[in-house]
Amino acid sequence: METLKFGKVALLALALAVAAGCSSKGGDASGEGATDGSNLGVDPNAGYGSGSGSGAGGSGGLDSSLGGEEAALRAITSFYFEYDSSDLKPEAMRALDVHARDLRANGARVVLEGHTDERGTREYNMALGERRAKAVQRYLVLQGVSPAQLELVSYGEERPAAFGNDEQAWAQNRRVELHK
Amino acid sequence: MINMLRGLLVVLCCVAGIAVAQEKNILITSGSNRAIPIAVVPFGWQGGTPLPEEIATIIGNDLRNSGLYEPLPAQNMIGRPSQAADVVYRDWQALGAQYVLVGNIAPAGGRLQVQFALLNVATQQQVTSGSVGGSPDQLRDMAHHISDQAFEKLTGIRGAFSTKLLYVIAERLGGNNTRYTLQRSDYDGARSVTLLQSREPILSPSYAPDGRRIAYVSFEQKRPRIFIQHIDTGRREQVTNFEGLNGAPAWSPDGSRLAFVLSRDGNPEIYVMDLASKQIRRVTNSMSIDTEPFWGKDGQTIYFTSDRAGKPQIYKMNIGSGTAERVTFTGNYNANPKLSADEKTLVMIHRQEGYAVFRVAAQDLQRGNLRILSETSLDESPTVAPNGIMLIYATRQQGRGVLMLVSTNGRVRVPLPTVQGEIREPSWSPFPN
Repeated sequence: METLKFGKVALLALALAVAAGCSSKGGDASGEGATDGSNLGVDPNAGYGSGSGSGAGGSGGLDSSLGGEEAALRAITSFYFEYDSSDLKPEAMRALDVHARDLRANGARVVLEGHTDERGTREYNMALGERRAKAVQRYLVLQGVSPAQLELVSYGEERPAAFGNDEQAWAQNRRVELHK
Repeated sequence: MINMLRGLLVVLCCVAGIAVAQEKNILITSGSNRAIPIAVVPFGWQGGTPLPEEIATIIGNDLRNSGLYEPLPAQNMIGRPSQAADVVYRDWQALGAQYVLVGNIAPAGGRLQVQFALLNVATQQQVTSGSVGGSPDQLRDMAHHISDQAFEKLTGIRGAFSTKLLYVIAERLGGNNTRYTLQRSDYDGARSVTLLQSREPILSPSYAPDGRRIAYVSFEQKRPRIFIQHIDTGRREQVTNFEGLNGAPAWSPDGSRLAFVLSRDGNPEIYVMDLASKQIRRVTNSMSIDTEPFWGKDGQTIYFTSDRAGKPQIYKMNIGSGTAERVTFTGNYNANPKLSADEKTLVMIHRQEGYAVFRVAAQDLQRGNLRILSETSLDESPTVAPNGIMLIYATRQQGRGVLMLVSTNGRVRVPLPTVQGEIREPSWSPFPN
């Protein structure tokens, strides 16, 4: 009776396995490669540099311009990642430098929330979200923030920032949020 | 390359003689080993007001869901006998039915008494018969009971139509406001009841082998924590409160231990808790992600997902010796391992090389070959019926999270009834006691 379960499709299954084997030679054509470039359209730094008070003039102009940039960086509390990656992007590091300075000065506690896009399994994504939160934590600690100030929680794919099943939504969901 | 592969698949399908018929969302692929035609005749009813549901339809759907039987449409039936003595075999032979199932429902003091008989058309012999009683709201229980009886007599395999299903619904109420509920229903999605409701995520529900307790992860404390809940009383117990990840609870075969994932030592590792003493022991040791444990029947083997070789793949380990061995080699993403009851087949979420989609796949553990069981692209959380005949997984349809039931032979694929919100994370119960 066991043969009823899986037996007769064996021929097709074997053929499929052979077919799957063929495809591996072609490399990862549309899998992760799909992420390159397109998701950079979601720019967390979009607002930055705007309204930097360049009209102030004189020596004060430079200071207020820098202050404006710093305020803009401080306003960035979501840090985005490539697909299946926990590597920090340069723009995230610039914003985290400002947060690190603040945290060193005020000793406040913050929560780092790790998130992923919806692809893949939920518990694996839970782990991946934590890996991202840890990448941010590690960077802040290297900048002199005490680990005791940083609490980590991963939500995996459970709390998307954008709803949708395309790369645009996914890019916004692969993130770490810093919550004061 | 992809086109070439698709072309090859088409050719292979033709060679295998597989025809695909799309009918009301139900995919039936039938080849030379086609499903056996069976006539489940609408049951006789001796009461007054019509019953809310046709018991024969429920039984027919059960048998169809196994992928082994094909119920004939009621409108094609010439007669509607309700007992074995009234069956004219010639009529059913003409229809091509190999079996006929007839039955009768009689009211009995506020309750219902159902009698049924299963007949072999070729031999004109009775395969089995029986009767079952219950209250009117147990109509579905009685139908599933008859399905189980018929299926076991026909195949020698215990029927799993009286089993239950756990799943999670996430309902967006607007903005960041989402309502999560943990649901329990019949295996086919009917008669769902809410076991838990929360404004924070609920995930990874799983049935204890006793069918009375469940384990799941709840974020109700704003952190993931594992809980055990008794289904009958609703009594719950928090079993973990560790820093970092607390996830992926999996019951040992005897129900005395729970495997789960903690990241308190720095990265996600699998632990085993003895539920009586609450003692925990770490069983994996790698710098990578180790998660999604699933127990083998021996209570010593744990299958799990790990990215220790770069991409997630499935490994199995002996928790006594601690040695791990890689199990999956086809594809660049294999995760969420589940074993069939006979432990011959590993079901998982799989991504082929060169593809961006995630599908449910079954790997023959003896021969090593792999076949794809789903046709969608964002498939998750496969769960196998205790008799290994069917499985249910989560996927997306028209942008919504839905559950799909598929027969393990791949012949039938049917969506479970849709509800408000996103449905996900199905977990199949064991056989009822």
